[in-house]
Amino acid sequence: MSVSVRKTYKLYVGGKFPRSESGRVFQPAGNEAVNVARGSRKDLRDAIGAARKGLATWSGSAAYLRGQILYRIAEMLASRRDGMVQELRLGGLTPAAAQKELDNAIALTIWYAGLCDKALSLLGSQNAVQGPFFNFSTIEPTGVIGVIAPDKPALVGTLALLLPLLVGGNSVVALVSSHAPFAGLALGEVLAASDVPAGAVNLLSGHRDELAKEFAKHRDIDGLLVSGPPDAELTEAAADNVKRVRFCNLSSAAWSKVERLRSLSWVEPFVETKTLWHPVAP
Amino acid sequence: MSGSLSPTEFRVPPVDAVALEARTADLATRSIKKDAKVQGLKLAIAMMDLTTLEGMDSPGKVRQLCQKAVAPLPARTDIPSCAAVCVYPDLVKIAAQAVAGSGVRVASVATGFPSGRTDRRTKLREVELAVRAGASEIDMVIDRGAFLSGRYGAVYDEVCAVKEACGDAHLKVILETGELKTYDNVRRASRIAILGGADFIKTSTGKVSPASTRPVALLMLETVRDHYLETGKMVGVKAAGGIRSAKDALRYLVLVAETCGDAWLSPEWFRFGASSLLNDVLMQLEKQRTGRYQRGTDFSTD
Repeated sequence: MSVSVRKTYKLYVGGKFPRSESGRVFQPAGNEAVNVARGSRKDLRDAIGAARKGLATWSGSAAYLRGQILYRIAEMLASRRDGMVQELRLGGLTPAAAQKELDNAIALTIWYAGLCDKALSLLGSQNAVQGPFFNFSTIEPTGVIGVIAPDKPALVGTLALLLPLLVGGNSVVALVSSHAPFAGLALGEVLAASDVPAGAVNLLSGHRDELAKEFAKHRDIDGLLVSGPPDAELTEAAADNVKRVRFCNLSSAAWSKVERLRSLSWVEPFVETKTLWHPVAP
Repeated sequence: MSGSLSPTEFRVPPVDAVALEARTADLATRSIKKDAKVQGLKLAIAMMDLTTLEGMDSPGKVRQLCQKAVAPLPARTDIPSCAAVCVYPDLVKIAAQAVAGSGVRVASVATGFPSGRTDRRTKLREVELAVRAGASEIDMVIDRGAFLSGRYGAVYDEVCAVKEACGDAHLKVILETGELKTYDNVRRASRIAILGGADFIKTSTGKVSPASTRPVALLMLETVRDHYLETGKMVGVKAAGGIRSAKDALRYLVLVAETCGDAWLSPEWFRFGASSLLNDVLMQLEKQRTGRYQRGTDFSTD
């Protein structure tokens, strides 16, 4: 006899799965019987604290190791195929569409896993200078990055924004799809099983209208990656601590093309270039 | 000389640990918002002994700390100075010069801090030298070896002797509650220190874990209150070590107000010994003023 277990969808903060500190929940449209934690401003604050700690661990680990961990995310997605498909279907997808999105998610993750130990060579350079010096440009992570994921696709939308940031060595606080938060939050369970250090990725669910401006206002976020058309209000709020803000306005057709989503140009906006001079030995 | 006071004087009623922890947890749920929060946080700064007690302390580090204690956030004049800076004896002179004229006091740890394992003469000499160098507050450690082996009289005598060596300087007696193990021991050590003439009783050195915990602070506050009700004499309490967040500081203030009353809500009767707490309090104050959560790197680290 099987017992049905009703799942409460919780946040993923600092490697743990807390409810919202506010105690609030919401029921996404079409799933009135499912409770999802509705993250608050203070949950965001806690997540950013965790991300600040996670940044040191993640950016401090070797690029090769980061690649291994990202590859394990793909492994975990594959081994939890049935569960993930279930989460995607809860978000309104047909069985075929859910299978397709999971395939895309796994393909995307594998591609970025491979990029991890190559990004430095591809984005860094040795520069020709006048004089007896070596001159190198290398990349460093921008820091703690806030991500506002699109409503659709629920899983690929979150991963496509998240993975390039992780390749760059950043830590992330992401607000997952408001309409279908299930797969986005279940991603936390995958990350927790993949050796992603606590705090390197934090996932919140809640109302985008309520939380997006809090992302922009928080002074301890270094950059913001927002799905959807440019929003002057967010940009203005983010200007206070000179956050880098990028908007990513893709059509639903573009979101379903993996080739479109894997590019070094997704990594580049959230890394900083450092240039070093070194005398040539005589 | 083992105890110039009758040993019965050191008897204390046993502590109800469950009730103590329940009351601490209960008082921690109080919500303090807006104006009251700002007032509380400013009070916490005014009560702070900004502390650096590392082997690698340098004169430069101490001067920087003093500057921070005098003007925690230079751009904001509504934010008070800290109560004191707390340093090792050899740096007292430098600290005293750096805070001269500001109203910030200089506290020095002494008596073989943090373990207290030197002989009585060395301890007293250390106190004298620190006072002569300009310390107006002395933070002594009790002899935990003597206390834990039941030689309460020896602990009492040492507190008395150090009090005498302090002269006009205020004496804070560090119980190092993390090493006393039981609540009953904390209450007894508090009583011994108070009877010995302590102006303040202080939880911890910050070198032993656990350092200050709220149940222990509540217990010490209760001991101080009982002494006041018995004799009419006020004694201060200093919570030191492990207090890092503004929220935690406010919870301590609630304990003080609920246990001893508003009279103790002043730097004269309650202190925090801390270093990283100050920046968190400043960040919270700036959050209240600007409506934006702050970033740590915008605040000086010492």
